[in-house]
Amino acid sequence: MLNINSITKGIVIDHIKPGYGIKIFEYLKLDKANFTVALIMNATSRKYGRKDMIKIENVIDLDLTMLGFIDPNITINIIEDEKIVEKINLSLPEKVEGIIKCKNPRCITSEEKGIIHKFVLLDENKGIYKCEYCDQIYSWEG
Amino acid sequence: MLKGRHLIDPQDFTVEELDEIFSLAEEIIKNPEDFAHTCEGKILGTLFYEPSTRTRLSFETAMLRLGGKVVGFSEPSSSSVAKGENLPDTIRTVGSYTDIIAMRHPKEGAPKYASQFSPVPLINAGDGGHQHPTQTLTDLLTIKIAKGKISNLTIGLCGDLKFGRTVHSLIKAMSRYENIKFILISPNELQIPKYIKTEVLDRKLINYIEVERLEDVIDSLDILYMTRVQKERFFNEADYIRLKDSYILDREKLKSAKKDLTILHPLPRVNEISMEVDSDPRAWYFKQVKFGMFVRMALIAKLLGVS
Repeated sequence: MLNINSITKGIVIDHIKPGYGIKIFEYLKLDKANFTVALIMNATSRKYGRKDMIKIENVIDLDLTMLGFIDPNITINIIEDEKIVEKINLSLPEKVEGIIKCKNPRCITSEEKGIIHKFVLLDENKGIYKCEYCDQIYSWEG
Repeated sequence: MLKGRHLIDPQDFTVEELDEIFSLAEEIIKNPEDFAHTCEGKILGTLFYEPSTRTRLSFETAMLRLGGKVVGFSEPSSSSVAKGENLPDTIRTVGSYTDIIAMRHPKEGAPKYASQFSPVPLINAGDGGHQHPTQTLTDLLTIKIAKGKISNLTIGLCGDLKFGRTVHSLIKAMSRYENIKFILISPNELQIPKYIKTEVLDRKLINYIEVERLEDVIDSLDILYMTRVQKERFFNEADYIRLKDSYILDREKLKSAKKDLTILHPLPRVNEISMEVDSDPRAWYFKQVKFGMFVRMALIAKLLGVS
């Protein structure tokens, strides 16, 4: 197995659904980072079989709620002195603003400039959201 | 307390608040002259981004009968909107001139967005194929007067259930009353949208069935709500021509209906209710259109806090 050194201080985003690591990498704009970052894809996972991981050797200000929208099953480990000092479990956020766009061509969001696309959680188990303006359903599963 | 509130979605008001509006509407119906000066000194702004003579006139006559005044536009080409003004700026401006706004817009969710910038109560007068809450108030008031209740009823909704916003609003509103059964009658192409099934019917475990033919279910209905197959909601003419005559109510179909059936229609109709039905005592749609004006009078008075 490929070995990536453990980090001394920083954040490990673990248990990311395979294929979603790159999405989170892009969302956090880690491609522009000037500190050490590792994106590990298809790592072996006892829990899920396969997983993606991101290791960030730095303290960055993460929007945890929105990461929960990208993948609610991921865990976030805060590392200090090479040890996990905090484990954070995520869930789907109640509101998602400015992340996804409403696909309804008849929605006001398709016409007005400067309007922020807003979605409200309808069903946590199924990951279903609705557009706050036109009620169009957005399913997290796609 | 309804004073100062917006009406964007029928669910914005509780069942008790709706009852408050209906009680006032019934008082107005009995003694309209008692309310002729209720809104003196108040101005209604009617912002119609798509033409709708009927709804606009209903709002305007409602305000005039309350002793208030009306300003506004009936199509955006005659307003600053044509110069490219954004919605928040238009609403802030009109909200500075008027005491209450009624707004119709072709885009879904536009009144919701507008209400975030409105300093005065804003009423959704229809947004695309989405919601039409004052039509819902009209429908509920008519049902209440016709049946003496809005519970324990089987209601058939017939025609264009996909794009018909009056149907979406009515399902949402009626699902909050006890023991309502919906029979959804439409061609497969025009069934109600998924979000109504997911968010309203399935979520609240409401009893409903979907059928294709009106004659198969008409005998079980307490209320039959007919809708027009609207040409402007279709993407192509061929689909419209193929489907428009699918669901027409006539005397023949009514033979097997209950004697106390209440036939409703948001109007305007094209040919989905044959004119021979108009003289049938079960036809309530012309009473319904008048109740629409009275319920808008009650709504305006309540939102302005002058009732």
